[in-house]
Parts: sequence; C-alpha cells; structure tokens
Amino acid sequence: MPYLWPPPVITGTIGGVIEAAGLTKRYGSTLAVDDLSFHVEPGRVTGFLGPNGAGKSTTMRMILGLDNPTAGDVRIKGQHYRDLNRPLRTVGALLEAAWRHPGRSARNHLRWIARSNEIPQRRVDEVLELVGLTSVAKKKAGGFSLGMLQRLGIASALLGDPEVLLFDEPVNGLDPEGIHWIRQLMQALAAEGRTVFVSSHLLSEMSQTAQDLVVIGRGKLIYQGTTEDFIDRATHQSVRVRSPQLAELREALTRQGAQVDEDDGTLTVSGMDSDAIGELAFATGATLHELSPRRGSLEEAFMQLTGEAVEYHAGDHGAAPETT
Amino acid sequence: MTLLAVERIKLFSTRSPWWCAVAALVLTTGFTALVVGNADEEFPATVASTQFGYSFGLAVIMVLAALAVTTEYRFGTIRTTFQAIPNRTAALLAKTTVVALLSLVIGEIVAFASWGLSLLLQPQADLALNSTADWINVAGVGPVYAFAAVMAVAVGILVRHSAGAISLLLIYNLAVESLVSLIPNIGDDIYEWMPFNVANKFLTGAGASNAGRAAEAGAPMSTSPLSPGWALAYFAGVALVLLGIAIASARRRDA
Ligand SMILES: Nc1ncnc2c1ncn2[C@@H]1O[C@H](COP(=O)(O)OP(=O)(O)OP(=O)(O)O)[C@@H](O)[C@H]1O
Ligand SMILES: [Mg+2]
Repeated sequence: MPYLWPPPVITGTIGGVIEAAGLTKRYGSTLAVDDLSFHVEPGRVTGFLGPNGAGKSTTMRMILGLDNPTAGDVRIKGQHYRDLNRPLRTVGALLEAAWRHPGRSARNHLRWIARSNEIPQRRVDEVLELVGLTSVAKKKAGGFSLGMLQRLGIASALLGDPEVLLFDEPVNGLDPEGIHWIRQLMQALAAEGRTVFVSSHLLSEMSQTAQDLVVIGRGKLIYQGTTEDFIDRATHQSVRVRSPQLAELREALTRQGAQVDEDDGTLTVSGMDSDAIGELAFATGATLHELSPRRGSLEEAFMQLTGEAVEYHAGDHGAAPETT
Repeated sequence: MTLLAVERIKLFSTRSPWWCAVAALVLTTGFTALVVGNADEEFPATVASTQFGYSFGLAVIMVLAALAVTTEYRFGTIRTTFQAIPNRTAALLAKTTVVALLSLVIGEIVAFASWGLSLLLQPQADLALNSTADWINVAGVGPVYAFAAVMAVAVGILVRHSAGAISLLLIYNLAVESLVSLIPNIGDDIYEWMPFNVANKFLTGAGASNAGRAAEAGAPMSTSPLSPGWALAYFAGVALVLLGIAIASARRRDA
C-alpha cells in the first residue's frame, strides 16, 4: 500500500536565489526532469535529495547552462546562467570530481579556471591551502585519489569566492574525516550568507547537513521545505508503553482513536504522542513502566515516500542506474 | 586576450603539444633527409624537394589539433570550460586560435628546419630562396598547417571522440582525396577542388620552386586551377566554414 503524501506546499519567500520553474528535460524517451519547480534560499544549506536516477545531476547541469531544458526555466538571482558576467564569481560548482585532465597539475588546473574569470592567481594558492592540497599542487591530477579529486573540485568551486555554491554528491568517495570536513565547510559557507545547494541520495546524510530540502523522485518534485518538517512528516511516530494495567490503558487509548498493537505485554501506540498517552494514563489511573517514543528509520521513511517515484527498483530488469 | 591566455595555459600545461611538435619535426626532416640526401644529377635537390615531406607533419598537426578538443570532451573539462565561459563561441574560437597559432609556428620551424638541413646535406645545390615561389613553398607550410589545424579542431568539436576524429581526419587526408580522382568522368573535376589538393597548389604553384628537376621526379603537382593566393584563400575558407558548422552545433548541443 503506497504511502499517500499530501501534494507539496511551496512556502517561503517567492524568488529564491536559485529559482526553477517548470523545469523539464527529456533525453530521447527518458524524461529525466519533469516539470520541476523549486527555489533555494540564501544563508542555508539546501539538500537536493532523490534516489539514483531521479534527475539531480541533470537539474544541476541545467542550472549551469550546460544542458538545455526541454521546457521551463531556471534562474540564478533572476538571471540565466549564460547571462552572468564572469559566472564563477557568482556561482561555484562541483558536479563531477573526475572533470580534470589527468596530465595537468592541480595548480595548473585551477590556474586556467581562475584566469578565465579574471580571478587573481594568488587565489589559486589560497583555495589549494583551504582544501589541503598545497603539498600536491604540482602533482598531476591523474594520480589523485577520489578524495583528492573531490577536494580539487571543491577548490575550483570556491575559486571565485561565489555567493552561490552547487555540489553534486560531494561526499562520494570521502572517508569519515573528509565527510565531516565537507559538512563543516558547507555549514560555514551558508553561515556566511551564501546559498548552498547540495545533492545526495541519502536522507541520513542530508538530515545532518541541510536545513532545507528539495526532494525529487523520477524527475518530479516530492517535497520542498525544512528538513525537520520532512523528517517529522516522513517518520511514523509510535510509542512503546508498558503498564501493569495494560488492558484498561489499551481500552482507553483505543477509545481516543489511537492505533494499538499488543505484543508480549507491551503496547505499540501510533496516532498519539507520548504527552497525550501519559496524560491519558494518569486520567485512567494506570501506572506506567515505560513510555518511549520510537521513530522509524529515516532511510525507510524516505524510501516509502519516494517509493512511487523511484525509477529503479531492485530486480527491475537488473539494470543499475548510470551515474552521470 | 583573457580567453587566449586560458587556452594557452591549458595547451601548454599538458605534454601532448611538445610530443606532437617533436614528432612533426622528426618525421618531416627525416623524410627530407632521405629525399635530399639521395639527390644526384638525375634527381637534383630543389627548394620544392626540401618540402616533399610536409604532409607527414601535417598529419601530426591534425592529430594534435583534434586531440586538443577531444580530450576536453573525454575528461569533462569542456564542461568546466563552458561553465567558466558560457559564451561557447568565444571559448571555442579562442581554443581554435591558440591551436592554429601553435601549428603555424610548428609549420615554420618544420619547413625551415627541412630547408636548412637540405643546405647542409647538399651545399652545392641551388637551394637559395630567390623567388616568390621559393619563399611560398617553404614559408607557406606554416599557414597550411594552421588552417589544417582549424579543420581538425572543427572535426574534433563535431565528433567529440578522439579515436573517431583522428581516424576520420587521417583516412581523409591519406586516402579519400586521391581516391576521388578514380571516380569515372567527374572524379578529376571534383579532385581539383579537394582542399588538400588546393593547399598543395598554394605551396607549389606551377612548379617553379621545383625547376631543374623533371616534373615526374617530383611530388605530384596539384591539379587545382586556382592561383596560389586564391588557393590559400579557398583552403582557409573551407576550414572556417567547417569551424562555423562545428561551433553552431556546439552551441545547440548539451555540453
Ligand atoms: N546525457 C544523457 N543522455 C541520456 N540520458 C541521460 C543523460 N543524463 C541523464 N540521463 C538519464 O536521466 C535520468 C536522470 O539522471 P541523473 O544523472 O540526472 O540522475 P541523478 O539524480 O543525478 O542520479 P544519481 O544519484 O545516480 O547521480 C536517468 O534516467 C539517466 O539515465
Ligand atoms: Mg547524479
């Protein structure tokens, strides 16, 4: 039985820093992004969440003017990306860490990018220092590990000191220390008032980083709003109750409209929060031995929500999604 | 100027231009050494014969130019480029210009190195550059390399894959033009207008730079009816039209 989610309500300021309206992208017979509208606000980390193949990378490429939308429109501060003057000074992006010439040194890679937007060359050394690549700056990027490449990609995103940052799955391939570093970095960037838009297919990851979420499945918007709200609405809350007066309590709860399951002397109550249950127990005169709220796992909830919108189901033709 | 600097940094921060320049030089001068070194009364060394090997370097230059674009597609840096410079026409024109200028320089080095080597090998032969035809035959190699590089960049933009672009260019360069003349009746008429045949006309004109050597002992003369000046204009025109088509397509496509 699919979980029925209410239609998304778009709240917040109209006119975010990034503003997508009816964004649609079709590749041959694949509808990668389907009439997607969302906005991203400054001063916050906004997570862009969706399962594999949901259309996150495609959306990011359209934001940067690399792919042309089939329909609809996406703007940054009211402008199309291609109309930005020296765009790297406004928007920094890490889409794919592997985008570098393997024979070129990290420093030279950043040098040409800096030069293209008239960013002073000393900034190259600054960002190398910032991401911790100074010691390998003269080494060819072909020999870099995935983690080093991610750092190089982040360095190039930060080059122009941009107020808008896009990161496509930046923690891919990073060790726990690297993941922690990226989280801190994104939060610090947002705290400086920048707009940070970061994609992931893991809700657990986003729940620790992002204040806001844009959730998509099969190219369609599923949710836009705060992360807290999403998790609250996404996780079924249930409460575990133990009491010597189990039968009376159960009857009282059922009368109040809660759903109650009994298992081995324990009640699992849903549809009523622990405050209400405690008050009801007091009114009923039941002694409580346990009253503990339980949350379903985040990933489970996310899968339930996007379930209908997931493109690839395990065992579905056995085809693994291609990451682009 | 900024965009030219960007492409210059890109090109010279990898090894391939150096390897290609060396390969062009070695192949061309090596062939020249064989031709001129073995000259005798029957096959005297001439200014034209010092440049018979120019098409070896030409093939290398076209590989270099195509790779300058296709490696960007291969490694995704073309997307970084368009992200940094959303005006794709400007970005691609800058790249073409830098590659063409490098090819021009390599062409001049290769041509004068071949000529200089010939002077050393045959000090008694008449190799002085004392006519316009002589000068064009040597110094003209640079412009021919430059416009051939423009064609190769255009093909690289259109095809995007290194192997595809290089095989297309080399097969065309080595075989297609000469095979066209085998088509009955119209083959020769078409061949007159094939770009590399026309480029050869620019370099060798009516054969004045090869005077003193029997025509059949030289490289085949170009059948193009154009004057050398118009021949270069035609060759350049073909290159620029191809580039225009390639850029128009890159503007429309997803990067
Ligand atoms: N250039 C392309 N040509 C054809 N199909 C494409 C192209 N790019 C993406 N697609 C398809 O569009 C859909 C969305 O892909 P996209 O890469 O945007 O998803 P994603 O959300 O980034 O997934 P992941 O989490 O795996 O990175 C997929 O079905 C993909 O196969
Ligand atoms: Mg992706």
